Formats: sequence, structure tokens, C-alpha cells
Amino acid sequence: MKRAFPILAILTAILLSYGLYQALVVAPTEQTMGDVQRIFYYHVPSAWTAGVLFFINFVASIVYLARRNSKVDALALAAAEVGVVFCTIVLVTGPIWARPVWGIWWTWDMRLTLTLVLWLIYVSYLMLRRFSTSGQTPVIAAVLAIFGTLDMPLVYFSIWFFRTQHPQPVMGGGGSIDPRMLHAFFVNLIAFTCFGLLVCWSRYRLEVLRREVEELQALESLLELRSPR
Amino acid sequence: MTYLYAAYIATWVIHIAYLTSLLRRYSRLRNEINELREKH
Repeated sequence: MKRAFPILAILTAILLSYGLYQALVVAPTEQTMGDVQRIFYYHVPSAWTAGVLFFINFVASIVYLARRNSKVDALALAAAEVGVVFCTIVLVTGPIWARPVWGIWWTWDMRLTLTLVLWLIYVSYLMLRRFSTSGQTPVIAAVLAIFGTLDMPLVYFSIWFFRTQHPQPVMGGGGSIDPRMLHAFFVNLIAFTCFGLLVCWSRYRLEVLRREVEELQALESLLELRSPR
Repeated sequence: MTYLYAAYIATWVIHIAYLTSLLRRYSRLRNEINELREKH
């Protein structure tokens, strides 16, 4: 994987550039919203990638509770952190899109509120990981992550369960979409997913390395205590 | 178009800021590893 990483990074960069070109140049302008609709090509893939990463965090948390493997815990942490970055983008690009279309930056609509709650859950997860000194922190964090994941289906299905201002999905929601729009969307969806997974992998490697250094430092201070010069 | 550019720029500013923080953490860790190596 270490050798493949630069190649995958270059391929992802090419895919992201192609996605940007598709979104800004090739995809036709939407008739009702105009050019601002192109935010869709970044907003939805970011939400999807955040979902994928939170799901990885969920699976890793379950595996950690079952096996207590430190590397799985590192993966859970990495996925949550990168997931929060993508979720932040969703919460930033959403209001920028809403302002010209709805006339408001934010409304306490069910999908928007639940997405904010999801973000807050994972931010609290990261704060717990950062500031708690208890040896039980990974276990508590894993439990919090499992409960946090319960919010994800609520976010997704909220547009069907509740009356909401957020639009229904274009794909699978009975609407039709121009093939060029569909192409631009899927290119960006794949590009963002690859990018998210690559960043998550880098963060995972960093976390594993950090833990190894911490162990070495602890061992060193223990040796210094045993044999004072 | 202003909103569109704002959204795209915000996306990449957030990504670049996060990637920069990752690089900083990597270099800090590298320094710590070098310090450990120098001691032994």
C-alpha cells in the first residue's frame, strides 16, 4: 500500500480535476436554479463520503469492542476525523446553496438539524479522544460512535419521514436528470470517495506511527527511571 | 456565480487546511522520531 499510495494520490488528483471540469464546464446549467445548482456536484459527494467514513468508524468501533485491537481503534479515529471534515463541507456548502435558492442561509428543518446533530456527535467523539486521559477512552469512544451512527439513517430518511424543505433525491426519487449531469455527478462521487479514503489512510498511518512513538517514549522514560545517571 | 465559487472555494480551503494540519503533525512526529534516534 505504501508504494501504491503516490500512484493512487496522482490518480485521485486527476479524477478530482476531471470532476471539477465536468461540474463547471460540461454539465448543463439547470433551468430553475441556474449555475448555483452546480454546488450539487460537491455537496452531495461530500455528504456521501462523510457517510462512508462514518460507516467505517462504526464497523471499526464494533470490531474494537470485540477484539480490543489498537490498530482498529486507530482506523476508527482516522475515519471519524476525516468524516468530520467532509461533514463540515456539507454544512458549509448547504447554506451557501440555500441562500440564493430558498432566500435563507439556514432553517431548523429536520434534515439540516439532524446533519448538524451528526456533526456535533462526531466532534464530541473527537474531543473525547483528544482530551480524555482515561485508559477506557477508546471503549467509551467506540460506544459513542456506535450510537452516533444511529443518526445516519435518520439523516438519510428524514426527507421521507418528515415534512422538509430539503429536496428529494433526483436519482431514485422519480425525477429525471440530464445524462451529462449524471456523468458529472458520478465522476465527482467516485473522486470524492477515493480522496476521502486516501486521506483516511494517511491519517490512519499517522495515528499508528504516533502510538508507536508514544510507546517508545514511555519505554525510554521507564528505562531512565530504572537506571538514573 | 458568486455563491457557486464561494462553495467550491470553501470546500478546497477546508480540505487544504486539513491536509496542512496532517503534514504538520507528520513533521512533528518525524522530529520526535529523530530525537529518539539521536538519544540511542
